[in-house]
Amino acid sequence: MIVLALLATWQGAVAAGGVKPTVLPSPQRIVEQGWLARGIIWANTVPTLQETFLGFAVSLTLAWVLAVAIDFSPWLRRALMPLLVASQTIPIIAIAPLMIIWFGFGLMPKIMVIALVTFFPVTVGLIDGFNLTDRDAGNLLRSMGANRWKQFVYVRLPSALPSFFTALRIGIAYAVTGAIFAEYIGAREGLGIYMATMKNSFRTDLVLAAVAVTAFLSVGLFLLTYAAERLIIPWHSKERRNRHV
Amino acid sequence: MSETTAAAPRVEVRAITKSFELGHGQSRPVINKVDFSAQQGEFLAIIGPSGCGKSTLFNIMAGLEKPRDGEILVDGRPVTGEREHFAYMPQKDLLFPWRTILQNTALGLEVRGGSKKTARASAASLFPAFGLSGFENSHPFELSGGMRQRAALLRTVVQARDVLLLDEPFGALDSLTRTDMQAWLQDVWSHNSWTAVLITHDIREAIYLADRVVVLSPRPASVRLNLPIDLPRPRQLSMMASARFAHYELQLLETLHRPGNPVPDGIG
Ligand SMILES: Nc1ncnc2c1ncn2[C@@H]1O[C@H](COP(=O)(O)OP(=O)(O)OP(=O)(O)O)[C@@H](O)[C@H]1O
Ligand SMILES: [Mg+2]
Repeated sequence: MIVLALLATWQGAVAAGGVKPTVLPSPQRIVEQGWLARGIIWANTVPTLQETFLGFAVSLTLAWVLAVAIDFSPWLRRALMPLLVASQTIPIIAIAPLMIIWFGFGLMPKIMVIALVTFFPVTVGLIDGFNLTDRDAGNLLRSMGANRWKQFVYVRLPSALPSFFTALRIGIAYAVTGAIFAEYIGAREGLGIYMATMKNSFRTDLVLAAVAVTAFLSVGLFLLTYAAERLIIPWHSKERRNRHV
Repeated sequence: MSETTAAAPRVEVRAITKSFELGHGQSRPVINKVDFSAQQGEFLAIIGPSGCGKSTLFNIMAGLEKPRDGEILVDGRPVTGEREHFAYMPQKDLLFPWRTILQNTALGLEVRGGSKKTARASAASLFPAFGLSGFENSHPFELSGGMRQRAALLRTVVQARDVLLLDEPFGALDSLTRTDMQAWLQDVWSHNSWTAVLITHDIREAIYLADRVVVLSPRPASVRLNLPIDLPRPRQLSMMASARFAHYELQLLETLHRPGNPVPDGIG
């Protein structure tokens, strides 16, 4: 509803004011031109999606390995936490062009940028999730004779999953932005480089069409995480609903 | 049921002392030379003021904390720090939302190893006696408070350990449910030969359920009274109105509220 109202206002303002389409095209024009260019936009969407998935997969693997290792070793926590935080202070804007220089226009720099911007929220979400485990639950498991590994499998891991899915949602939103950004700096194909090219040829309408596609991608992936959550931890939403009754 | 029985008691707590290090060289004495014992099949209740160290005592018995001094014995054998003798029911029910009731109750057996199937079969066989039939595949949040406590108790007894440690199992229930649960527990109790130690704040609950009541002082906890309860079994709710019950109640109340000699903390 809100989106529709905004679009209508936009359309009306552009029509009434006679703004040049190279400055601000109307939504109608964006849709029309975007539709005409659908072939090329789609051809650029596929590589962006691939990069997002690959980069995010690398990031998730890294996050799980790190978080589990840190959960098992207080020593590792002390050693790695400062590094994790430091990794987040790296200005991506400055480092991304360097990555292109180091690794070329291929997949590698994109995966690295995506992993760099997403692995932190996911790792921290997981570590916090493990620590959210009820202390008494750990004691109960110990009284049953569980070693550290079994405590992890039976209690700490499931306790952490709700936090993990929250972190996953934050991460996936960053992942799409990260992919676009990395392509914008330099790539052979993808929505990011498409936007850059169209901007340089003053096709504002097509830039915005690509932005719209990006937004749809993000929302789609976001919804996908909810579906995954429902599938993997069905008890969580049920419990939450029950608590509010 | 007295200490003069020739056989070693099922469980004996001998001169247990514990204090927590608070850092900066400070320490907080929590338990001070606590002794008591329970025979096979005996039901022991422990009452004491809040924060006096009851849960800590259970943690020591269950092998989760190390005492500073003293020993725990099972059948006359020292078992301090060993984890396989006691089945622990903590103050919170700690039923996990990601497991069904059946999976929750079988947890102790599963953790110990062996097949999931036999673990779940043993747990399932107790469901009727615990009034949980039909709820095997429900999740904890679908159960009432009383049912959750029964499920937590089932998870405890199915482990078939030597001694049950029940930490305020009914503390969080409303008084009506609580009375129901006490009556129910005393009934399942009479059909089994469990040795149990129950922590409670409720004097009447202690008298109604136990063969013997141990009264602890405020922190650091020491034993103020070890009172045998000589009421016939099976216990009836109507006994709560008897003169003897009232006599025990008064005696325990007075002991519990007698001004004590709590040793102040390092931090004051
Ligand atoms: N790990 C710890 N470090 C320091 N102090 C502790 C620790 N665990 C417990 N205590 C202290 O020891 C005392 C006894 O705690 P405990 O939980 O055994 O009391 P309790 O008798 O079970 O109380 P309640 O009736 O409220 O359950 C409390 O004052 C508590 O603050
Ligand atoms: Mg306690």
